[in-house]
Amino acid sequence: MNGRAETPERQYRRWWHRTARLAAVVLALWGIFGFAVHGLVAPLNTLAVAGFPLGFYMAAQGSLIVFVILLFWFSSRQDRLDREAGIAEPDDVREALPR
Amino acid sequence: MRQHPRNDPFLANVGRIYGTYAGGFAVFVAALAILEQMGVPDRIIGYLFVFFTLAVYAGIGFVTRTVQVSEYYVAGRRVPAVYNGMATAADWMSGASFVGLAGALYALGYDGLAYVIGWTGGYVLVAVLIAPYLRKFGAYTVPDFLAARFGGNLARLIGILVLLACSFAYVVAQIYATGIIASRFLGISFEVAVYVGLAGILLCSMLGGMRAVTWTQVAQYIVLIVAYMLPVAILSAQKFGFPLAQFTYGAVLQDIAVLEQDLLARGLATADTLKPHLAPFTSLDPLNFFALIACLMVGTASLPHILMRYFTSRSVRDTRRSVAWSLLFIVLLYVTAPAYAAFAKLEIYQNVIGAGLDALPQWIYTYGKLGLVDICGAHAASVDAVQAACAGTPGNTGVLRLPDLAIDRDVIVIAMPEIAGLPYVIAGLVAAGGLAASLSTADGLLLAIANAMSHDVYYRMLDKRAPASRRLVIARLLLVAVAVLAAYVAATRPADILSVVAWAFSLAAAGYFPVLVLGIWWRRCTAAGAIAGMIAGFGVTLYYLAMTQYGGMAEWFGVKNISAALFGLPVGFAATVLVSLLTPPPSREVQALIDDIRKPSGGPVMRDGPL
Repeated sequence: MNGRAETPERQYRRWWHRTARLAAVVLALWGIFGFAVHGLVAPLNTLAVAGFPLGFYMAAQGSLIVFVILLFWFSSRQDRLDREAGIAEPDDVREALPR
Repeated sequence: MRQHPRNDPFLANVGRIYGTYAGGFAVFVAALAILEQMGVPDRIIGYLFVFFTLAVYAGIGFVTRTVQVSEYYVAGRRVPAVYNGMATAADWMSGASFVGLAGALYALGYDGLAYVIGWTGGYVLVAVLIAPYLRKFGAYTVPDFLAARFGGNLARLIGILVLLACSFAYVVAQIYATGIIASRFLGISFEVAVYVGLAGILLCSMLGGMRAVTWTQVAQYIVLIVAYMLPVAILSAQKFGFPLAQFTYGAVLQDIAVLEQDLLARGLATADTLKPHLAPFTSLDPLNFFALIACLMVGTASLPHILMRYFTSRSVRDTRRSVAWSLLFIVLLYVTAPAYAAFAKLEIYQNVIGAGLDALPQWIYTYGKLGLVDICGAHAASVDAVQAACAGTPGNTGVLRLPDLAIDRDVIVIAMPEIAGLPYVIAGLVAAGGLAASLSTADGLLLAIANAMSHDVYYRMLDKRAPASRRLVIARLLLVAVAVLAAYVAATRPADILSVVAWAFSLAAAGYFPVLVLGIWWRRCTAAGAIAGMIAGFGVTLYYLAMTQYGGMAEWFGVKNISAALFGLPVGFAATVLVSLLTPPPSREVQALIDDIRKPSGGPVMRDGPL
């Protein structure tokens, strides 16, 4: 009985732990592409991609594209964590409408 | 409150409505292009553009009017993620982003990219740390959340003050921008144009609150993104036979680097007047570059009119997805801005610098007359004016040198159609886009201010039993009052308005970010801690801004005051944490509330109205 009563609480804690870890991973990538990469602009500029010096490219486009992909990945990943822990919201039929 | 009425004809047909709208807009632009070829004067084309687009926004505002409180404040919480993304993108990108950013990149080169990174990366913080939890809480406004989490009206009141401080100057600047654009394209005086802009803003937001603003912002996003991408796409197609300027301007950058050396070799520029476009840290040192990125990112994640948009999505899951869509739609504009800057710089280095003073391109004079292009220190109004001014300039030999030319940063986007020799209809399109960008941002800001006044001050603090109908009347009256006040201030042409807008980010960042993040992520954060943190963070930032700008105080560690939150943020975090640890932990009810806002399932924590 005791173990059964504990389960949702423990499950919730494990879910929150995973959520926090996912947040930390996303923020670490955010730190790398928001800041660290641009600290290396001088060495990166010696390389070229499609006519762009790489350091300039990362600030003008590369980091932005990474942020977008990061957010789509984060939202699907977090959704999976929520579903696995059984605390996701019910799927609404209307949700499927405009993806 | 949560069930979705399925009989809403607008929502049921939203895909068809906006598909038709986008197609109709394309037909409209094509029709105007034909009219122009038939000899209809430019001025009429400009009028048609402004009035048609305003009429459409007003029409959407009218169709989506509402008498329901939750529709008025949060669009009934049923805006699909993609549409909320578009609305947020329009809410976010102001008139200044639209016309000013490319100009800043032109002037600053690589260093200007701090704005591009800062104004996009903040959405990562929004999605991961804040928005889904505020959505789960079910607030109507950000101060609403602060009051529930931090025990009452003192936290709410400070939250309202922070909101007003960072939103009001911002909305004045938006109305100012609509006035500038409307006066330039309609040929009416600036003071009248401000009130034309005001009418446009109120038509969208007054009847339908958040619901109407959401759906007009979607329409405005479509106009502004087309208007921004089209001119530079045509330019790229002319030069490279490929319209995606975002990919082709790498070659332009190489040309610019070659031309820079050429200008130096020909003595048209000196090493201290020419900032190489690709070289980092020529205008901002690394400390200021990264401080600016940090402050803009954290500020983005704290601006109430942006956070408020995510209260409208259908679920916590949709909120996260909708932040990702927002960023995608925003990035479309921000990756285009550096291309604008590069194409403009190439044109100027190739065809303007080094040209004889009597052989400058026509657009120089067009914008010189408006006072936006100066040559040799005087407005470049005509060939004679330019020659007269340069005759008195030492070292000038009848050829335009780089230091002789000064261009207002707004010109880069506005003049691009003319620089590229495109028909006037494209210039009209760009004006309509700039107008859409400033109107949509002004709408969001006004709603944030008016909602805080009507919901937080009037309903939550003054009259808790006010019936829904009276709350909506008050909300609308306050909206009009704030709008008129902002238009009145804008019409006086406040001198410092642009620098004050840049402050909004730092003030929001230092005032809100520490308490929002700690309030959600740290159970032990107490009411006293949050109040101390908001006052300390906001206070330090405001002190630094005011003292460096007006008090003659020296900069601390050489940090420019646009990044004032660099000091306010750590102080805000430290004060919140220290005072929290010195006060007793939050009550059991508050702990339960924190658990509740973390869990996506279970519906909003706070419900409105008669339960």
